[in-house]
Amino acid sequence: MKMLTLSHLTRRFDGVQALTDVSLTVGAGERVALLGHNGAGKSTLMKIVLGLIPHTSGSVEVLGAAPGSPQARDGVAYLPESAAFHPALTGREQIAHYLRLRARPAAEAAGLLDHVGLGHAADRRIGTYSKGMRQRVGLAQALIGQPRLMVLDEPTSGLDPVSRRDFYTILDDLAAQGTAILLSSHALTEVEARTDRMVILSRGHVVAEGSMADLRRKADLPVRIAITPSDLPCSVTTLKQALPGAELSGDQLVVTCAQSGKLALLGRIAALAERVSDIDIQPPSLEDIYSHFSRRAGQ
Amino acid sequence: MTRILSMAQTEFRIALRNRWVTVAVAMMVLFSLVLSAAGSAPTGDLGADRLSVIVASLTSLAVYLVPLVALLMSFDAVAGEVERGTLPLLLTYPLSRTEVLLGKLLAHLAVLTIAIGAGYGLAAIGAWAMDGRSVEGLPALWRLTWSSVTLGAVFLGAGYALSSLARRPSGAAGLAIGLWLGAIVLYDLGLLAALVADNGGVFTTRVFPWAMLANPADAFRLFNLAASEATSAAVGLSGAANTIPPWQALTSLALWPVLALALAVAAFRKVTP
Repeated sequence: MKMLTLSHLTRRFDGVQALTDVSLTVGAGERVALLGHNGAGKSTLMKIVLGLIPHTSGSVEVLGAAPGSPQARDGVAYLPESAAFHPALTGREQIAHYLRLRARPAAEAAGLLDHVGLGHAADRRIGTYSKGMRQRVGLAQALIGQPRLMVLDEPTSGLDPVSRRDFYTILDDLAAQGTAILLSSHALTEVEARTDRMVILSRGHVVAEGSMADLRRKADLPVRIAITPSDLPCSVTTLKQALPGAELSGDQLVVTCAQSGKLALLGRIAALAERVSDIDIQPPSLEDIYSHFSRRAGQ
Repeated sequence: MTRILSMAQTEFRIALRNRWVTVAVAMMVLFSLVLSAAGSAPTGDLGADRLSVIVASLTSLAVYLVPLVALLMSFDAVAGEVERGTLPLLLTYPLSRTEVLLGKLLAHLAVLTIAIGAGYGLAAIGAWAMDGRSVEGLPALWRLTWSSVTLGAVFLGAGYALSSLARRPSGAAGLAIGLWLGAIVLYDLGLLAALVADNGGVFTTRVFPWAMLANPADAFRLFNLAASEATSAAVGLSGAANTIPPWQALTSLALWPVLALALAVAAFRKVTP
């Protein structure tokens, strides 16, 4: 079941095209990452989905209703980039307020704050919290009432590595129970392991979409193989002759080849086994793939 | 309703922690006490009880102070949320923008009611301690109390509208002070100047009564002074306007909060988070 469907979505601000012909769906239990440079249109897209700003053309359907409609607001949770709250309220008071706005008992606040690791600070004012703690308050409010669609704008910025891992564990649990998750991020490597699908936005256009494996295949970027020569005399020269294009980088030889030529190249290296002490295969990183698609789109 | 009450509860807590409650109560109490001490001279001569005389002084005070306190509490309501970055998240919750403003209004009205109650209450106790006949002035005090809260509601709504239009707290503060000066101070001065220049002409007979009714602060003053006979002599402007029946002033005072809130909602709807 589709929780979010965007088709041919376009948004113009004073003549500037912020989003152009964006089509995208997020199904129940699916975790989709929205990637892109600053200004690529990620936040604009999210604000349209939340009904905070209108779109120019195309259609948006959130939980089968219009964005910003009571039905959509009931089932959608949002975590803004660097979540902010009134500094005079305590974490418990703030979450209790949000619970009442969603017609849930305020007493659930304690459980939610415990869940995000803020139980000890529940009765301190938010003004005394660190950025990471405020982000956790943001996460706690996004968890209220098991939302059907979560929209998270740069949710892990400001969190330390351990908190990030805890954060994604919470998301995994929610997705397993059927919550659709749309999140944007700059931290490409953490998104790679923790989402089902990625959408790369560049200047308001979707330039690539798919799972990590799909994107790797579509980009077809060269594989990098780093060879550490053995101690035998003239290993480097022998290897260089056998592997045209190999370059010395530090005390390693580096060869690159297309995905399709990988096995053949490995075979040639294996034939020179006594000249090789170690070998390291480096597939293109998500950063490389991301730059590839962004560059192709003219960035 | 739960949502409005939750907004109100949260806003009241914030007002309490930001010392707004303390500041508002302190201002009202201080000025009320000063006035009731200073207003002791004419007692007896007019044949009125002490409290009725104090109510006349309090009316003049409330015209200035209640709108000021209301604007000070409300100018930050929308612009502050925009600046703190708390507005987008709030607006993704299932509550309408009208409900957001109604919640804030309820909380701020509560603060204002507490401040007005404390100020007028102390003045009344003081008057009663000095003059046992002061019980006769209680109806006038009660009328002054609820009409002061109504006047406060007008300027709270106006403050929310300015806050939405400005979108920045500093800009909203400027607009609020401007509105206070314009509607409370300069408006009356302008009317006085026009009266003097007109010297009993068309302006005085036709335009002036409507001009008084159109301003909620003047309507408030007219209503309270016209309703209590003993005090109408005390104030200059109302002397010229004593042809206006109290029910007209009351109608103006009752319509203004609705109008101000409608303006605030319309302006708030235009705010893009």
